[in-house]
Amino acid sequence: MSASTTTVTRAPRTPLVRIPDVRLRSAWRLWQRNAAIYRKTYRVNILPNFFEPFFYLLAMGIGLGAFLEREVLGFEYIDYIAPGLAATAAMYGTSFEVTFNCFVKMQFGKVYDAAMATPLTIEDVGLGELLWGTTRALIYGQVFVLIAAGFGVVHTPLVIFTPIAIALIGMMFSVIGLTFTAIIPLIDYFTYYWTLFITPMFLFSGIFFPVSGLPGWAQVLAWFMPLHHSVNLMRALTLTGDVGGAILAAAWIVGITALLFVFPLNLLRRRLVK
Amino acid sequence: MSVVVARGLTKRFGEFEAVRGVDVEVRERECFGFLGPNGAGKTTTMRMISCTSPPTDGELSVLGLPSSRGRDIRRRMGVVPQENNLDEEVSVVENLLIYARYFDIPRRVAAPAAEELLRFVALQDKRDWRIDRLSGGMKRRLLIARALINEPELLILDEPTTGLDPQARHLVWEKLRSLKREGVTLVLTTHYMDEAAQLCDRLVIMHEGRILIEGPPRELVARETSPQVIEVFEPDEDAARGLRDLADLAERVERLADRWLFYTADGDALLAKVRGVVPDPGSVWLRGATLEDVFLQLTGRGLLE
Ligand SMILES: Nc1ncnc2c1ncn2[C@@H]1O[C@H](COP(=O)(O)OP(=O)(O)O)[C@@H](O)[C@H]1O
Ligand SMILES: [Mg+2]
Repeated sequence: MSASTTTVTRAPRTPLVRIPDVRLRSAWRLWQRNAAIYRKTYRVNILPNFFEPFFYLLAMGIGLGAFLEREVLGFEYIDYIAPGLAATAAMYGTSFEVTFNCFVKMQFGKVYDAAMATPLTIEDVGLGELLWGTTRALIYGQVFVLIAAGFGVVHTPLVIFTPIAIALIGMMFSVIGLTFTAIIPLIDYFTYYWTLFITPMFLFSGIFFPVSGLPGWAQVLAWFMPLHHSVNLMRALTLTGDVGGAILAAAWIVGITALLFVFPLNLLRRRLVK
Repeated sequence: MSVVVARGLTKRFGEFEAVRGVDVEVRERECFGFLGPNGAGKTTTMRMISCTSPPTDGELSVLGLPSSRGRDIRRRMGVVPQENNLDEEVSVVENLLIYARYFDIPRRVAAPAAEELLRFVALQDKRDWRIDRLSGGMKRRLLIARALINEPELLILDEPTTGLDPQARHLVWEKLRSLKREGVTLVLTTHYMDEAAQLCDRLVIMHEGRILIEGPPRELVARETSPQVIEVFEPDEDAARGLRDLADLAERVERLADRWLFYTADGDALLAKVRGVVPDPGSVWLRGATLEDVFLQLTGRGLLE
């Protein structure tokens, strides 16, 4: 017996930067759980999340667009805002999931505790949530693109790359949102996430007007907004066909995702493995 | 082979030491109990044994593997947590199927296993119910069924019957006994003495993070305390004076908030004398010693606060 026992010294606090104990197959199991439950509830879930960006498309694109000269932006107004709203749909698609839903699962439903009593680790759970958030972003973002295409807003064959782009955007916002969820002590703190992060990005990321019209400092600020690059990417892939711009925006998104990727997983371990 | 071996197992939360150097060895196919009041450190110990919480210090091996190999150990183990953590959004049977996936059990194996387990815990009629319709006892049984989906060699149950009504408790006990007959090793915690006495082959009494005593329940009672106890309920001033004079005749006397306990080997003889001091027959009675008396002796206070 003694050969297989081991002496454990005091477990140090989980470092923030560390290779997470994660296996893709186990993470996939958590994804499957979420998908199974989503199939039960999507009828009530999908509609509100989905309609919000869509109302903006109709109100602003058609309503406001009727008063805007085509020359203002060089595009029809509805064509101009549709790609940004697609990026927004993707952002919302995951953000509700990895903030409120994950917090409720973690804190009240004890879903993660249940999963951690199986071969899954907390990092598997975290990665599963990231993949699920990405999946939701893909559903909401891509369905938006398809419907918006019916309004004639797609003007480049690069549109075939939108699923990849939306997945990248979805993973980025999943990582950011889950990091926030792993840190906050109370569900009320999500108000800050939405009113100080999501909403300002929605307004100032260049969805409704070009960022170039803003003062210099605001343009700098916009450059640090994840949604700004998501809007640029989607606009390149549906409207302008600007390959170089698309690559730049995608690189920014991939870079920030890679930079932040381990944080939610390690923060979840720090929080839940006590 | 020993299923669980812990040596000097310790858990600190910051400065606070919740488990203070626990030594236990659980043998194959036995039912081993951790008995103790709330806050004794039972759950913390279970979480370390189930490899969801790393020990701060000490040695721990489970199912022949060091506790650092959590994934491999958990694959062969079932855990019934103290707090219900079922998936509320889906049905009873879907709870089992979702859990089976976590163990990589393919659907064609999991589906019939889930039906069989629901029969085992007498929930087959509720298979399509949502969780919020289940009673507390049904949820407990479902948690037990879920913990069995991977055919575990070791089943860990943290307070499996707390909060259940008597019928529901007996149903759970019956299931645990039949699992034991099938060869599953059981480790459970409880703060009910009768539960520990009924189910456990061996147990430890835990208090403030330490193990006070270990052994088979009946042996513990025989070894640690006198076989009979006379309880006197709320004696008045006069009676109390008379009882004090009788104290020397007992092997030991405990005074609790509402009663006196006289421990003795010859209950009938002492009972007659106590009756002489306290005439009201309703406030004096003789009973056999239990685990609670052992605990009382060890700590000087009751097991149930
Ligand atoms: N995560 C934690 N952080 C700090 N203290 C804890 C934590 N978990 C348990 N404790 C403390 O450790 C002690 C033992 O708790 P627990 O193991 O739950 O006892 P039991 O299950 O016997 O009631 C209690 O005082 C409890 O407050
Ligand atoms: Mg407990």
